[in-house]
Amino acid sequence: MKTVTADPKGVDAGPHFMDGDHALAEGALAAGCRFFAGYPITPSTETAERFAERAPEVGALFIQMEDELASIAALIGAAWGGKKCMTVTCGPGFSLMVENIGLACITETPLVIANVQRGGPSTGLPTLTAQQDMMQAKWGPHGDNAMIALSPDSPQECFDLAVEAFNLSEYYRVPVIILTDETVGHMHEKVVIPPADQIKVVPRNNYSGPKEDFRPYKFNSQGGHPMTQAGDGYNFHITGLVHDERGYPVMTAEQGKIVVTHLMEKINGNADKIIRLEEDQVDGADVVVVSYGITSRIAVKAIQDARKEGLKVGSLRLITIWPFCEKRIRELAPKIKAFVVPEINYGQMVLEVERCAAGQCKVISVNHCGGAVHEPEVILDAIRKAAK
Amino acid sequence: MSTQEIRFSGFGGQGIIRCALITGKALSLYDDKFATMTQSFGPEARGSACAAQLVMSDSRILYPYITQPGVLLALSQEAYDKYYGELPKGGVLIVEQDLVKLKSDHPDLKLYRVPATRFAEEVGNRLFTNLVALGFFTAVTKVVTADAMKKALPGLVPDRFLKVNIKAFEKGYEYGIEALKTAGAAS
Amino acid sequence: MTTNIGKFKDASPMSGILRMERMPHIWCPGCGIGSEVNSFAEAIKRSGIDPKKLVVVSGIGCTGRVAGYVNFDSIHTTHGRAIPVATGIKLANPELTVVVFSGEGDLTGIGGNHLIHAARRNMDLVVICNNNFTYGMTGGQVTPTTPGGAIASTTPYGNHEYPFSLPFLADAAGATYVARWTSMHARNLTQSIEEALSKKGFSFIEVISPCTTLYLRRNRLGDGVDMLQFYQENTVLKHGCDTRETAINYQGKIVIGKFVDKNKPTYLEALDKVGAKLVGDDYQLYGKTLPEREAEAKAEKERVAARRTAALAEEATAAEKGSAPKAAVKKAAAKKAPAKAAKKVPAKVAPKKVGAGSTAKKPAAKSAAKVAAKVAAKPVKKAAKKAPAKAVAKKTRK
Repeated sequence: MKTVTADPKGVDAGPHFMDGDHALAEGALAAGCRFFAGYPITPSTETAERFAERAPEVGALFIQMEDELASIAALIGAAWGGKKCMTVTCGPGFSLMVENIGLACITETPLVIANVQRGGPSTGLPTLTAQQDMMQAKWGPHGDNAMIALSPDSPQECFDLAVEAFNLSEYYRVPVIILTDETVGHMHEKVVIPPADQIKVVPRNNYSGPKEDFRPYKFNSQGGHPMTQAGDGYNFHITGLVHDERGYPVMTAEQGKIVVTHLMEKINGNADKIIRLEEDQVDGADVVVVSYGITSRIAVKAIQDARKEGLKVGSLRLITIWPFCEKRIRELAPKIKAFVVPEINYGQMVLEVERCAAGQCKVISVNHCGGAVHEPEVILDAIRKAAK
Repeated sequence: MSTQEIRFSGFGGQGIIRCALITGKALSLYDDKFATMTQSFGPEARGSACAAQLVMSDSRILYPYITQPGVLLALSQEAYDKYYGELPKGGVLIVEQDLVKLKSDHPDLKLYRVPATRFAEEVGNRLFTNLVALGFFTAVTKVVTADAMKKALPGLVPDRFLKVNIKAFEKGYEYGIEALKTAGAAS
Repeated sequence: MTTNIGKFKDASPMSGILRMERMPHIWCPGCGIGSEVNSFAEAIKRSGIDPKKLVVVSGIGCTGRVAGYVNFDSIHTTHGRAIPVATGIKLANPELTVVVFSGEGDLTGIGGNHLIHAARRNMDLVVICNNNFTYGMTGGQVTPTTPGGAIASTTPYGNHEYPFSLPFLADAAGATYVARWTSMHARNLTQSIEEALSKKGFSFIEVISPCTTLYLRRNRLGDGVDMLQFYQENTVLKHGCDTRETAINYQGKIVIGKFVDKNKPTYLEALDKVGAKLVGDDYQLYGKTLPEREAEAKAEKERVAARRTAALAEEATAAEKGSAPKAAVKKAAAKKAPAKAAKKVPAKVAPKKVGAGSTAKKPAAKSAAKVAAKVAAKPVKKAAKKAPAKAVAKKTRK
């Protein structure tokens, strides 16, 4: 991925005491996001508010749309209008967005969506934390889709991963979803925003060759194909129908195979390059705790206590949720006694861990139904059980 | 102990959240500590009751919420009634002395009383109550330095009120130093 | 005689405006969308707008396919979302002229919320709404504009709902330009689109159009040409008409004309004002200060005007020359026709404003001739138009 340094106009460099929602907005601005369309919804609204406040001085545009359907649609328009763009929401709003996330996938439109998860289902627990939309991020839109999802564990990482999300989105031309949660979104911590020249940003890569060679798509299962922007004279056509590389509808099973294979392999085939994990004492461990987001912090507390008891426990933190770190789980499964998977839902990512562990070790789900983070003791108990 | 949990509480409009933000910023930006601030949101946070929580530590904070606060700042009767029972033996209880009628002398706690609202009015406006209380809190708990707290103010109080906020903070701080002396003399 | 499709495509006056490599299109014979696209293309040519700076956005449905055939930057969105996508593209690059071309089911049914909010914000968009009273692509279901009593596949016993009057809706929501024509009023429509393109703010143009395959067939209203004749006989030109008076009853009179033409700051102009007040002279959007953007807009406006003058001059020259291409002849003929016809057809209401209406109620000469021929040849068909609901209902009971 070719990178440049960030535009200083969007970078509020220095240390801040900031919540995760605000850090998402700052990360987006630092990454070069200049268009934000959104609709208020707890607990994500602070991101929109921050962007709205900062937009005039940065030279960015904020618009509060009539609903989430319009917000995501406006992003698709803005992306093809030449701007990096973002929206933020949580479960109910994300549910409304999924159809057009599918449109963004098939039209290979770069955009970033943050889902600050709250307890569901439906209106659920608007002000309380959850990690219940992990599977929705992947399986929300109908049809086969592959996208990228990242999960920050702190306001600092909200900033860092917002930049990363834009970079991945630009390179792979795919929606990138930041799956954070109410706890991280609303808690204030120190966030250090580096100076602009230390922030690496993937710039929008617009085609500039001869018109006759212009193709908005290249079905080669890779990222890096240039975008174009309206007004550059290439007369692009994009559609949600299955299409050829010119963008024109081709409604045949053969073309469907070509397009879907490309969309899936572009992400899954490059999983090794995309996936970021944070590992601690995984090698030689009897038990590996697989966790993400706020739960991974609680898990570390439990892991520390378990180690004090002499247990050999490793930590595998998923920074990248999708694509899933299938390879690493398959490698570890035969070497360990058990995976312990705490998450603030009824058991979602644990299904992926189980699938990849394929019966070679125990997989223990430490789930609860949202509204609060785990008590560390609950995870500790599971680790003890797993180590037996 | 490297981890300290603090609850700021009172009623809406007293600047309770701001208290936690200022202290968190002071600790993490200027006192080289780790601090995580959380607050209640939603319908339960509407109306009169208001609380914000701060966890501070010398190392990275893993569990972001408070489990047992060591310090309670209560600027209203309701806040005091609701939260004082959480404090462990030896915990620090700071109350607004004109607004909170104590249920006991709390012999197990380190009790401090400050007429924050009255002092704020003397400085110019009761809007500065929270800064008086914060100055007092800073002096008696010593969990954060006065210097860091003052540095944390810009951006968290309106620029045009910065000076008067500092004045309010100092007034509370000085009163806190006096209170410590008195307490020391008494024991 | 065989037609060389390649040559035909090259020689078409629409080559350059349409993606000829995508012809033939999917629309049914007699459908109004094709002639609307013709009017649109004509308006673009005459407007002087830089085709590079024009974006067409459509939703889903028959009219939703327009974006796929026009040779501009174009987006075929999901159902109902053309307006918010257009909003995004316009706000991402305010130099662009953004046109939404979609059907009434898409724009006022599933996308109705976006329509009223874009109008409320006075988003600088031109919305062309093909209204054929039916969901054509899915087989002729009832839409928000289907007149009461009309048969649709989902109202097999007649529509029992109240329909929207779209000019009233757009007006009430805040649109600064609102007009209605039929697909027969090709020249008026062209002129109306031209006006809307040159105007800032939210413009809404409704085009009543026949869906021959579904709406007309199911209601036994004849074919496309019958409907053109119906439009000729039953449209009432009423410029400046109070939009409350524009409701359409089943096979009743259709009020056409330009109903609203007013000015107020657009969304972006209002936003810029806030930004400039807050930030001062340094205020910029996407790296350009307000004076820079204004200067660019002014320069572009001058270029547009120059291109428009050139386009009109070329048109006039072509019309004068006997060897003019077919399209130009047609145009010239159409130009003359109104003058003659104007005497025959007394304007029912004096136009409040000179503009799109000056040549109202005139089909292109050729179409008019076709209509006349068709009517003469098929007088019987007319009978079938009466009481269609009953007729179909009877049939259903059999």
